[in-house]
Amino acid sequence: MDGAEVISLIKKSLPDFSALLVSQDYRDEIYLKVSPQVFQATALALHKILSSPVMMLFALDERNSAGVFVINAVFVNSKEGQWIIVSMDLSQENPVFDSLAKSIHSASLFEREIWEMFGITPQGNPDLRRLNLHDEVWPKGNFPLRKDFKTMMPGDLGEYKFNRVEGGGVFEIPVGPVHAGIIGPGHFHFSVAGEPIVNLELRLGFTHRGVEKLFEGKSFFDALRLVECISGETAFAYSVAFATAAEKISGIVTLEKTAYLRGIFLELERMYNHVNDIGGIALDVGFSFPAAYAALIKEAILQLNERLTGNRYLKKVNLIGGLALDLDESKKCVLFDALKKIKNDFNELVKMLDSSVSFMDRVDTTGVLIKKTAQDLGIVGLVARASGIPTDLRKYFPGIYQEAKFKMIPAEGGDVLSRLRLRFFEFMESCRLIEEFTVKLGGSAETKVSAPAKPETSALGYVEGWRGPVLCYLKTDVHGLIARCKIVDASSHNWQGLTYAVLGNIIPDFPVCNKSFNLSYPGNDL
Amino acid sequence: MIYILKNRILKGIVTRNIDPFLARKTEIAGRELKSLIRKNFGRSLDLREVDTGSCGACESEIISANNPFYDLQRFGVNFVASPRHADALLVTGPVAKNMFLALQKTYQAMPEPKFVITCGDCALDGGLFKDSYYVCQAVKDILPVALHIPGCPPKPAVIIQQLLAFLKQKQV
Repeated sequence: MDGAEVISLIKKSLPDFSALLVSQDYRDEIYLKVSPQVFQATALALHKILSSPVMMLFALDERNSAGVFVINAVFVNSKEGQWIIVSMDLSQENPVFDSLAKSIHSASLFEREIWEMFGITPQGNPDLRRLNLHDEVWPKGNFPLRKDFKTMMPGDLGEYKFNRVEGGGVFEIPVGPVHAGIIGPGHFHFSVAGEPIVNLELRLGFTHRGVEKLFEGKSFFDALRLVECISGETAFAYSVAFATAAEKISGIVTLEKTAYLRGIFLELERMYNHVNDIGGIALDVGFSFPAAYAALIKEAILQLNERLTGNRYLKKVNLIGGLALDLDESKKCVLFDALKKIKNDFNELVKMLDSSVSFMDRVDTTGVLIKKTAQDLGIVGLVARASGIPTDLRKYFPGIYQEAKFKMIPAEGGDVLSRLRLRFFEFMESCRLIEEFTVKLGGSAETKVSAPAKPETSALGYVEGWRGPVLCYLKTDVHGLIARCKIVDASSHNWQGLTYAVLGNIIPDFPVCNKSFNLSYPGNDL
Repeated sequence: MIYILKNRILKGIVTRNIDPFLARKTEIAGRELKSLIRKNFGRSLDLREVDTGSCGACESEIISANNPFYDLQRFGVNFVASPRHADALLVTGPVAKNMFLALQKTYQAMPEPKFVITCGDCALDGGLFKDSYYVCQAVKDILPVALHIPGCPPKPAVIIQQLLAFLKQKQV
């Protein structure tokens, strides 16, 4: 699909549609600039045509260079493996735009973020409470992602208002931000009537560290280190998403070997996290032996990572244009031997869980997220696949995965058991993919190519991390340094899914529901 | 059940079955640590972990230190669910503004005697995030920190060794 085809498709539902600018700098990105008057209608049309949620919606402050704020909405064309970016300029005197949230739910949280970070009003959005900049500590009128923001100015503090469920016998249970386990901080506000949960409201943002601002003015090289420290157990996927965007901007065409090496490490990351979650699900229903067994498999993969790369969490492995290391023959042997043992152990783990009736009873039909709700909310990644939505960037943008005959089998139930079984399946599939990729790994000893960053260029990097897509939009300034870096983790889409999945379940089942999603706090809060 | 019994017997005790170099370090560190904690804190040392903005890698390694491979718990170091039960606070991550109050309240809720340990490079001085508009001063400027465990993230063996080195010093 090229720009003209996209426009003719949009014209079917919007006869007088016209774009101000259409461009396609990269094969997989179509960029449409429209006027603010038709932005909402265009986004809605694309949302329907592509059946894609709003994958990203974010603002850029370009008042210094062009005197405007820019808003970009990103949709994915799953059939042809393309991103469609709809963009508009907003005047700096009156930064207001028509909210998408009433028609497209997946835009809602992004709009709240744009409002708190830039002070741009999404007109018509019914909920403009702050997400990450908590009212209790951050005074009104400070918009940190504006370029002229220097330091926090004192001002009025506010208070966050939770949605209330009222009526006889309704209790509210606040949990967090500090939880009982060794885990990130977040606040869960339950309303229960008797045992069942009737409403769950999340308040996140506790790990907000102002990451997007920190990127500004950094070179790609410096920024790569920061990217890896945003969400520790997804470090490699983040660095790949960032590096892909940076490579597009610099015009680097990576070696085939780079794709295979990245594929291997991405799947290793998926494996250790999936087995960690499987163990977590077992632990959260009190089934401790398989949990300990899963912890051993995770440890084995982390140690394998360390032997292959020198780092258990695959930090400092990826670079712009390639990788910092290669897998030689001896390392390949290490990898194959370890995988064999890991696979055997994993099969035993699956048998243990499958053969326990009481365990299955706890996870079956618990925490159901039905397909319709998941679609409406714009759920992505593993959670979406468990609810029967066939979505996976490895399928949309196949590359090396096509050759390796990557299989995606969406589950149906949408319950904890579906998410568990999907992890079983994906773990074994990852094992197979790693073996395929390793066999194909050959060619030159060179692992990296390099080129300087082009000034005033933008690109979108993306990768299917273990939770789901990790997207990274990059734009450089006149010096080739980062002017804007927007990262969207699958978690920021999927946290909303959790609040629907737990409805009707009892509070003691919340931990297992939560673990079956296992979403990131720092990846969401940034 | 049959698979659990089978694997219980087949796996045996995994804790010893590790890389000799690593094993020696962990084992020695562990045994000494146990006797030291006995002297200072009775039979065990209970830790309460608080994440004030960490990326999650430190948490993952702390959890790993409790897995059957390293099994920190066999030396009397436990992680507890409430600060009321804790002897020490283990802080990870730069202190995000939103977590400032939660960190102080968690510390206040702990009974005396108590001390604070910071874990990971971010917790020392904010690390990569120290210049951010949303990161407060370092943990050591907020609470009295007795020990810092360096690393990004520190490996489980390092966590155990550092605890030992600290308690040894504290005794003198």
